[in-house]
Amino acid sequence: MSTQHQKLERNSIGFALAILLMASIGGIVEIAPLFTIENTVEEVEGMRPYTPLELAGRDIYVREGCYACHSQMIRTLRSDVERYGHYSLAAESMYDHPFQWGSKRTGPDLARIGGKYSDAWHVAHLEAPRELVEGSVMPGYAFLSDTRLATGHLPAALKALSRAGVPYTEAQIENAEKDAVWQADFEQTYESELQESYGAKVQVRDFDGQPGRLTEMDALVAYLQMLGTLAELDTLDPEESSR
Amino acid sequence: MLRRVPLEDTAILCALCLVLLGGLAILGWGVLVPYVLHGWLIALAAGWGILWMVNRLADAPAQVPQAYSDKVIRFGVVAALIWGIIGFAVGDILAWQLAIPALNGDMAWTNFGRLRPVHTSGVIFGFGGNALIATSFYVVQRTSRARLASETLPWLVFWGYNLFLVLAASGYPLGITQSKEYAEPEWYADLLLLVVWLGYLALYLKTLARRAEPHIYVANWYYLAFIVVIAMLHTVNNLSVPVSIAYPKSYSLFAGTQDAMTQWWYGHNAVGFLLTAGFLGMLYYFLPKAVNRPVYSYRMSIVGFWGITFLYLWAGSHHLHYTALPDWVQYLGMTMSIILLVPSWASVFNGILTINGAWDKVRTDPAVRFMMVAVLFYGLATFEGSFMAIRPVNSLSHYTDWTVGHVHAGALGWVAFVTFGAMYKMVPWVWQREGVYSLKLEAWHFWLALSGTLIYVGAMWNSGITQSLMWQTYDADGAFLYSFLDSVVEMHPYYAARAVGGLLYLIGGCIGAYNIWMTVSGPRKTKTLQVGPIPRQPAE
Repeated sequence: MSTQHQKLERNSIGFALAILLMASIGGIVEIAPLFTIENTVEEVEGMRPYTPLELAGRDIYVREGCYACHSQMIRTLRSDVERYGHYSLAAESMYDHPFQWGSKRTGPDLARIGGKYSDAWHVAHLEAPRELVEGSVMPGYAFLSDTRLATGHLPAALKALSRAGVPYTEAQIENAEKDAVWQADFEQTYESELQESYGAKVQVRDFDGQPGRLTEMDALVAYLQMLGTLAELDTLDPEESSR
Repeated sequence: MLRRVPLEDTAILCALCLVLLGGLAILGWGVLVPYVLHGWLIALAAGWGILWMVNRLADAPAQVPQAYSDKVIRFGVVAALIWGIIGFAVGDILAWQLAIPALNGDMAWTNFGRLRPVHTSGVIFGFGGNALIATSFYVVQRTSRARLASETLPWLVFWGYNLFLVLAASGYPLGITQSKEYAEPEWYADLLLLVVWLGYLALYLKTLARRAEPHIYVANWYYLAFIVVIAMLHTVNNLSVPVSIAYPKSYSLFAGTQDAMTQWWYGHNAVGFLLTAGFLGMLYYFLPKAVNRPVYSYRMSIVGFWGITFLYLWAGSHHLHYTALPDWVQYLGMTMSIILLVPSWASVFNGILTINGAWDKVRTDPAVRFMMVAVLFYGLATFEGSFMAIRPVNSLSHYTDWTVGHVHAGALGWVAFVTFGAMYKMVPWVWQREGVYSLKLEAWHFWLALSGTLIYVGAMWNSGITQSLMWQTYDADGAFLYSFLDSVVEMHPYYAARAVGGLLYLIGGCIGAYNIWMTVSGPRKTKTLQVGPIPRQPAE
């Protein structure tokens, strides 16, 4: 072994290639099959791409680093399932570019936070967490209510996501900006149009308590309120999805 | 008078022009202020680099001195210290924010979520990365008995890398991030780093090719693994689709499960190849030098090296136990993580046994003490890591502060300790000083850093296990005994203790920086350092 290795030690390019070869095996064996083995992502009804407003909210979630303290992954442990709900399915993050499973729970898991609290609660809590939850260590995000939501980039954002494999239609990409404004419209004028485009579960209303103003708070709350609400968990076949 | 431009300079000029064009495109099309500022920064840096290159080419070719090129190493040391102080300070601010949440200020750029990557990137890539680049330049020259193979590349690698760091650290508070932990910088900064890294790899291989020693010394194996594997990880994990040139935002190419696995394959091996392999390279040079003993076992070096290079890449999935990642990947990752203990501890024993016969130096030389304790913490952290990768243990430790404690046992106790030990040795060598300004201050630094680390890690063990048990405790009727909030409130004393531990560590770091500053500004060694053949390296 030593004599073979001593030969290798005399060849710097060979040594570098040997490192690359040895180091790439693990990733090839563990990652590549995740794209080819079919039941890696189980089949469940209800999953759909994010609406433009939800996507904008998700981008804010990413921008503020929420994942540093909140997971979006309910593990198959009793204590996780009983506290947060049905364990998370791979399918539930199939349109998540990037994933937001998180690695730390300084705050609770958010995978199924959607619908658990009212919009007003979320707004008040995000603006001043300790006013509602004494003992919380969460920072305040009052500035989200004062910041107009930028929508100009949304068509390009949807286009980029569709390039990465999210099945947005041409019409959805084209209407992204308008759809974002419509979803937070307090008169809910275009509810049926949005539900036709994105499915019956799209929530259309003014989220931030400031009718007529589209803020970053609208987007973030719209995102939080749909988290974990899409998958029809009773359509899941546990046998089929066992991996 | 025209002369032929060497291939290397042509390649560098092309790369710089590409970076310049990228910067111009960003500042031209960009619509967000921070992003446009980044465009200016990139364009100015690249433009300055082009002028510098052209200037060099226009002048008559300078004589390449018959000496090691150490100036860039000095810059690297200073940069590592500056980033270290920034990274430690921001880390401690974050710790205080968790103890006293009002310190968040509730402004966008001061909140925990945006500041956290400034800390992680600052210490891992700013402090650790600069220390690795500087020491790798030192080690490869000495163990090859050759000058760095280029007069320009070392500088472009150094400045390019630090430009990447500035883009990263200034982007996070302004909201530019792709959220992948330890890979937060957006696509344009990632592309810049890729160019810089390929330059680093080329420089390293070219310098090795010049070596006067027939064999490549073991420290270089590790540095080479660090450079090669980080290039692979960085490229794959940052594959993404930018929204457009007008925005810093991009969406990761992979989604959900595949993205999670790719990210933790990256994340675990940023630990494996930056924070482990790179610093083992440092250890394999500076520890034998400091104790004046050969590396204990050549065979153990080989086993340790290839074991780590092969096994680490399999272990990433232990970050995703009990998640929606398929079980077969989880079990495979767990198994490999446990086996990984063997090569890890081979390195530990190799390090400790190298000190054998020179134990008096642990007492008399704080730099050796730094390195010895670093090896012990490396042994502790790798054991703990393998232990936490076991699924039932992970069901307790995951998502809690235990993970944070584990990372800091490795980062504070191993990475930073071996770095400080090596710096205290290397600084007098590259600046040609008699020795470190004050051994007493060096010892103060050691004890502050050690007590800070122990307080930090102890607090996080306690808080992590408390959290986890509170989340899993049921009353007699099968209902949860504690709400989530109960566990948050319970953390307060531990978070305060952690912040104090971090503060001690920061103070130690400041004393270290002062000590090194005084060493550098002190008098030169009376006899100039002899350059030329150096003694054959140990371990052969």
